[in-house]
Amino acid sequence: MRPTFINVGERTNVTGSAKFRKLVVEGDYGAALDVARQQVEAGAQIIDVNMDEGLLDGAVAMRTFLNLIAAEPDIARVPVMIDSSKWEVIEAGLKCVQGKPIVNSISMKAGEAEFREQAVKCLRYGAAVVVMAFDEVGQADTAARKIEICTRAYRILVDEVGFPPEDIIFDPNIFAVATGIEEHDNYAVDFIEATRAIKATLPYARVSGGVSNVSFSFRGNEPVRRAIHSVFLYHAIQAGMDMGIVNAGDLPVYDDIEPTLKEAVEDVILNRPQRTNVSNTERLVDIAPNYKGDKGAGRVVDLTWREAPVGKRIEHALVNGITEFIEADTEEARLSVERPLHVIEGPLMDGMNVVGDLFGAGKMFLPQVVKSARVMKQAVAWLEPFMEAEKAGKPREQAGRILMATVKGDVHDIGKNIVGVVLQCNNYEVIDLGVMVPADRILDAAKEHNVDIVGLSGLITPSLDEMVFVAREMERRGFDIPLLIGGATTSRTHTAVKIEPAYHRGSTTYVVDASRAVGVVSGLLSKTDRDRNEAATRDEYIRIREQYARGQEVKARTSIADARKNPVAIDWTAPKPAAPSFTGVRAYEAWDLADLADHIDWTPFFASWELIGRYPLILDDEIVGEAAKDLFKDAQAMLKRIVDERWFTAKGVVGFWPANAEGDDIVVFEDEGRTTEIARFHTLRQQIAKSNGKPNAALSDFVSPTGEDWIGAFAVTAGHGELEASKRFKDAGDDYSAIMASALADRLAEAFAERLHKEVRTTLWGYAPDEAATIQDLIEEKYQGIRPAPGYPAQPDHTEKATLFRLLQAEANAGMALTESYAMTPPASVSGLYFGHPQSHYFGVGKIDRDQVEDYARRKGWDVETAERWLAPILNYEPGAEARVKAA
Amino acid sequence: MSRAERITQLHAAAKDRILVLDGSWGVMIQRRELSEEDFRGDRFTSHNGQMKGNNDILCITRPDVIADLHDQYFAAGADISETNTFSATTIAQDDYHLDADAVRDINLEGAKLARAAADRWTEKEPGKPRFAAGSIGPLNKMLSMSSDVNDPGARLVTFDQVYEAYRHQVKALNEGGVHLYLIETITDTLNAKAAIKAIKDLEDEGLEPLPIWISGTITDRSGRTLSGQTAEAFWNSVRHAKPFAVGFNCALGADLMRPFIAELSRVADTLVAAYPNAGLPNAMGQYDEEPHETAHFIEEWARSGLVNIVGGCCGTTPDHIRHVAEEVAGVAPRAIPERPVALRLSGLEPFEMVA
Repeated sequence: MRPTFINVGERTNVTGSAKFRKLVVEGDYGAALDVARQQVEAGAQIIDVNMDEGLLDGAVAMRTFLNLIAAEPDIARVPVMIDSSKWEVIEAGLKCVQGKPIVNSISMKAGEAEFREQAVKCLRYGAAVVVMAFDEVGQADTAARKIEICTRAYRILVDEVGFPPEDIIFDPNIFAVATGIEEHDNYAVDFIEATRAIKATLPYARVSGGVSNVSFSFRGNEPVRRAIHSVFLYHAIQAGMDMGIVNAGDLPVYDDIEPTLKEAVEDVILNRPQRTNVSNTERLVDIAPNYKGDKGAGRVVDLTWREAPVGKRIEHALVNGITEFIEADTEEARLSVERPLHVIEGPLMDGMNVVGDLFGAGKMFLPQVVKSARVMKQAVAWLEPFMEAEKAGKPREQAGRILMATVKGDVHDIGKNIVGVVLQCNNYEVIDLGVMVPADRILDAAKEHNVDIVGLSGLITPSLDEMVFVAREMERRGFDIPLLIGGATTSRTHTAVKIEPAYHRGSTTYVVDASRAVGVVSGLLSKTDRDRNEAATRDEYIRIREQYARGQEVKARTSIADARKNPVAIDWTAPKPAAPSFTGVRAYEAWDLADLADHIDWTPFFASWELIGRYPLILDDEIVGEAAKDLFKDAQAMLKRIVDERWFTAKGVVGFWPANAEGDDIVVFEDEGRTTEIARFHTLRQQIAKSNGKPNAALSDFVSPTGEDWIGAFAVTAGHGELEASKRFKDAGDDYSAIMASALADRLAEAFAERLHKEVRTTLWGYAPDEAATIQDLIEEKYQGIRPAPGYPAQPDHTEKATLFRLLQAEANAGMALTESYAMTPPASVSGLYFGHPQSHYFGVGKIDRDQVEDYARRKGWDVETAERWLAPILNYEPGAEARVKAA
Repeated sequence: MSRAERITQLHAAAKDRILVLDGSWGVMIQRRELSEEDFRGDRFTSHNGQMKGNNDILCITRPDVIADLHDQYFAAGADISETNTFSATTIAQDDYHLDADAVRDINLEGAKLARAAADRWTEKEPGKPRFAAGSIGPLNKMLSMSSDVNDPGARLVTFDQVYEAYRHQVKALNEGGVHLYLIETITDTLNAKAAIKAIKDLEDEGLEPLPIWISGTITDRSGRTLSGQTAEAFWNSVRHAKPFAVGFNCALGADLMRPFIAELSRVADTLVAAYPNAGLPNAMGQYDEEPHETAHFIEEWARSGLVNIVGGCCGTTPDHIRHVAEEVAGVAPRAIPERPVALRLSGLEPFEMVA
């Protein structure tokens, strides 16, 4: 039998974890508990709790923490290792645990009498003990001393105290090697030899140790330290080491360590004769810097999981998203069952159920689940030829069939793809119709595939109307299956007020994010709970509609005429607006991707994976830090390839024109003489009743009504190449990378917009030539001038993009186009206007009244109904309601 | 015959047959419809507050009632009868404002009554020696469970206080002559561990060692104790007591208790004991399971080799015990399994590292 090895979780140890120490010292026990929880969730079979910190009353901290753990079943399920160098702290801990813990540690440091006394107490409290190889003379360093002390301690414990030998764990001291001091060279060998002797001569006793000590002289070079730990453990475990305080999830697999490094490390650990004219230590010191990056030191995976039975290995691969061995493991599993299908129904589904449970319990996060799906797909792909060969193969049992689509006019699908992956992980069959799917195609496909649920997604506001249309069509065509609504622009209120009332035959449910999707879907497909769930949602939506209706009555608005009398007041005489360096448009064929990569704002990137928190703090977040770090690492790796291999092309166009405000419009002229109008931007004005001198802003306020002033515009994309890259991954069954590519394209486009804006401020328009903004300043928008986009709060009307694109000739200059809902393609695109005045600022128009809508319709050349459709999200009234009143 | 010799007989009897414990005390005392005056006796006539309901005090104030119950159970065929000291700790008796001396006297007198009854019956039937078990019940205050919903770390007592309370009880029970201790109806294993430490420390200090029987309570079908442990985790937590017997009692009837007794029977390398309630209580809080029904379940346990000691808890009567004793007579006791030596630990769940 292969040796098993117990990893003792080390993160609830104030001497081992700076983070944990800080939390405990600050009394933030809630967060400290989270550390313990994460550790157990990450697979620690025992958790080491150590409160030996000068600033703390160790006994009080130990008691407080263990009492709190007792109230957390998901932590308290594993045994505790009560770790302290002070007996009174250990005893305080022993008085708080109902389970059988391990005391770490006792020793003969202060003589046999105290050792005996403490051992008896451990026995009376019902604890196993770690005994350090430490006696009156000192800590044992050589193998002989280690064996001598451990043997003496064993005899006292077993023969005199009556301690059960199986409850004794020796810690024969792991000391640092490769320190440059020759006497230290044999320390690892001493430990390994002592371990071998203890296991051979002291029946049932165990051996443990704090592994990180051994590599102490390489602190600062984590990859080499991990390689040293891996090599050391490999040999120590062979010799009989049973457990260790070690972050095992961090260790490279012994066989995967780069051979040169492995040989050098092994020479040091085993204290072999030197191979060259330099010592083993010097040789390792020489090559260590080569591995300081993440290269070569071996992949970061658990050391021991490969030793588990195949089912467990598959589960581990799924939970940890490791594809490396999945084909071999799947094959091994296939050979052990009757039919290939049984591998899917057995170990693979079992593993995915674990993933689903962990995700449902908030213990795994989206990026990890999407990685799990990648492993699953590869395993299924491996089995497919065998299933086809089997002919008789019947289709897999699925939990349900879900049709998903991004509605007509909308092109965004990252969120929808994530939901699809999560559902597939939970054994739902997902039919994904992609983006810009018209209602009839959605409903034809729903009929054809006999789906159980239809899910609609959308990012831009016009998609809201399209969703209402789809709902109405479902009603008309006699559907009665549940309809799910999701996407950035959707909301519970909109779903309740607009969509649900359009579809009576079936239920409509808003899904706030991907993590809720499985719960909602399983609730809607449950034979027993479906009616109850649907009724609960209906009741909730009725309440929301009532609330919404009440809210409608109280919003005081000022008339558009009065609002116009209260604009943002700008003195246009001083300073005079600066002139841009050119007028007309300028196109960029391919902006340097490396430059854009440097300007990425990462916080929204994490948000797109439903990891919420500010970058870079999120990387050290208690809860999602681990997931965020992994995701960030993968993102950096792909970003490097995107840049190096030019997966995407960043195209853009920027333009400046003479302009003047005219009422709430901005008139754009071809010439400096301002005689030929070539375009007119229509803006919307805040109508909220303002007090204390605050203006009712409109974007036109930021352009001078007379004299020399200019406006700029831009349209940029990083999306050329994105769809191809994404599809390549998808076809290879790698949704994780596909979604990653899309998310990075989005970030690059945003970075492009930010980067170009800087160029505009300092050079192209040049009104702030000396601006010294850092990237962080850029992200925080600490600069002069704004770049609002149509469809966003300062101008919620998406149709203005048409004017913008026409002026910029965005299609010819940047390969960008608009859909019928004015979504930009490629999807990873950003556009907007430039305002340069120091007083220009972002604001939200908020709700507007009928008087402005009628005025706006007249300026746009629309009828009021059209205006009401495009401005639906910001109307302060129910369209048609007034007409009905008038008719009555 | 000395107590030590009688304890040797206990070990021998347990090898030989399935031993039978008595049944419920609460129900039997209730049936006597005793008055406040009965509970107070001469000693507590002017004691503050109500005494009725404090069954343990009857060891002092109505020893005749208690002696009669021991007799009834021994007559029904019980090998072991428990002292009437389930709540006789300073912590639990604080509810009745009784001081440490009174608590000590309850235990001392309770032990003497049980011991005298056991000795009487042994003399009468030398072929079937009888034993007195000192009942050590749970406390109304727990060490692993928060006393305040808003503060999961809050506790009403400390380990040291619980330890002292049990220490005080154990000393008096031992002095009163019990043959073994029965730490029973354990809802919080940490409380039980304090009792175990109290016993072991007293032995280290020279008190005569007695067998320990440890009986936990699985509170519902989830198979966990009130403090959250599984059967095997519970066993790993208390095994250091080297108990004479381990088992479960109370909360469940025999049918629902079976899987957890079976689990304990698999893992415990000592005698296994079980004394379930007479089914689950009805809407009126009364137990309806008939003596032959209880006996029927327990007979099946015996024939399946799950148990070494059986008896009854809430709702069971001498009649139940008679049926149980008759059904298990002649059935071989469970053989104690030999388990591989292993490092066994526990949190709420067991941990095992086999050699």
